[in-house]
Amino acid sequence: MFKKDITPGAKSKVKSSAQRAIRNKVVEEYPLLAPHIDEIIPKKEQLDLVKLPDRVSLYTLGSTPLFFQHMDDNLLPHLSVVHKFPDCFSRIRIDRGAIRFVLSGATLMVPGLTSPGGRLPDPEAEGEDERYGKEDLEPGTVVVVEAEGKEHACFVGVLKMGTSEMKKVKKGQAMEGGHYLGDGLWGLNLG
Amino acid sequence: MADVATAAGPPEPQAKQVVYCGVCSLPPEYCEFGGTVKKCEEWLKSHHPDMHERLYSQDTINANMSTLTLEAQKRADKDAQKKAAKASAAEARAQEIKASSKVLIKRVERNKRKYVTAVQGLEAHGLELKKVAKDFGKKFATGSSVTKLPGGGEEITVQGDLSDDIYDYVVETYKDIPEDNIECIEDKKKKGGG
Repeated sequence: MFKKDITPGAKSKVKSSAQRAIRNKVVEEYPLLAPHIDEIIPKKEQLDLVKLPDRVSLYTLGSTPLFFQHMDDNLLPHLSVVHKFPDCFSRIRIDRGAIRFVLSGATLMVPGLTSPGGRLPDPEAEGEDERYGKEDLEPGTVVVVEAEGKEHACFVGVLKMGTSEMKKVKKGQAMEGGHYLGDGLWGLNLG
Repeated sequence: MADVATAAGPPEPQAKQVVYCGVCSLPPEYCEFGGTVKKCEEWLKSHHPDMHERLYSQDTINANMSTLTLEAQKRADKDAQKKAAKASAAEARAQEIKASSKVLIKRVERNKRKYVTAVQGLEAHGLELKKVAKDFGKKFATGSSVTKLPGGGEEITVQGDLSDDIYDYVVETYKDIPEDNIECIEDKKKKGGG
């Protein structure tokens, strides 16, 4: 979505009622964030809405981006939020070979997730792999993509294919057009 | 893999502090994909030596390599080289543009004895016009604004004949701009029916 460098458009203050609605929506979509919501969006602070090209709106707090949204699609977290609260999102993991493609903005393909280095929610997962969840995710879920051998997430997007289907088919596109490390949104300077 | 384990576990009450690379702005562990690895490594070494040790030790490099097949490694290497070349080329180009782009200070006649001063080309030197305009206004106690040019782009318009003062001010405050690149011109363009 943000392959090219983008220039932020008009910045406006968010109405306090809209701000409350955003808070509720965030909690609804990411229930695990609920305990931290006051830390991400403090009640007293004034959120800003920055318009980005292609009808994307970005909610920021001062100069830190928090969430972005394309038209009325899902509210997606900015990767800096994901890095701060890595345990509050549904996660999957890609193998090492796929990292460089994801970081250059390619569509995430299923083999990167099903290969030995990748992780999908697995009911038999044990130990460390439990953090990737046990229940299969439906298409349309917002997931954070981590990478093999890395601590931080590198991609946020919406699943195009359910994870149970991925395990069966093992090919095709998994996610498309999200927000990845080093893209235009990441490099956005909100001065 | 050790660092993956630290990220797991129960959710922390506090936000995690994440270090970002000062060169490519990614988390340092992703620097190797950024194309400016050398610089990133140096930066990390001077700013976070402990992390540098962990990320650039021979063990980690070997561990990273062993997860890929030989062929994939070769391809990744080639890709990385290409990317690095691209990044350095882009940087060189940006620097060249910066070095060659001129700042024009124009004195425009507004009304026989009245002038406005237009400043163009500051944005190429990485300055934000809006902020600079505000500074001009404060410094010279005049109206100062960012105006759109008919041919696209923007310039700063300052009320009053201030071309010499602005010249001095720009040279003084924005040391990044070479003095030779700043030029004063008197615009003879007459506005209709003045």
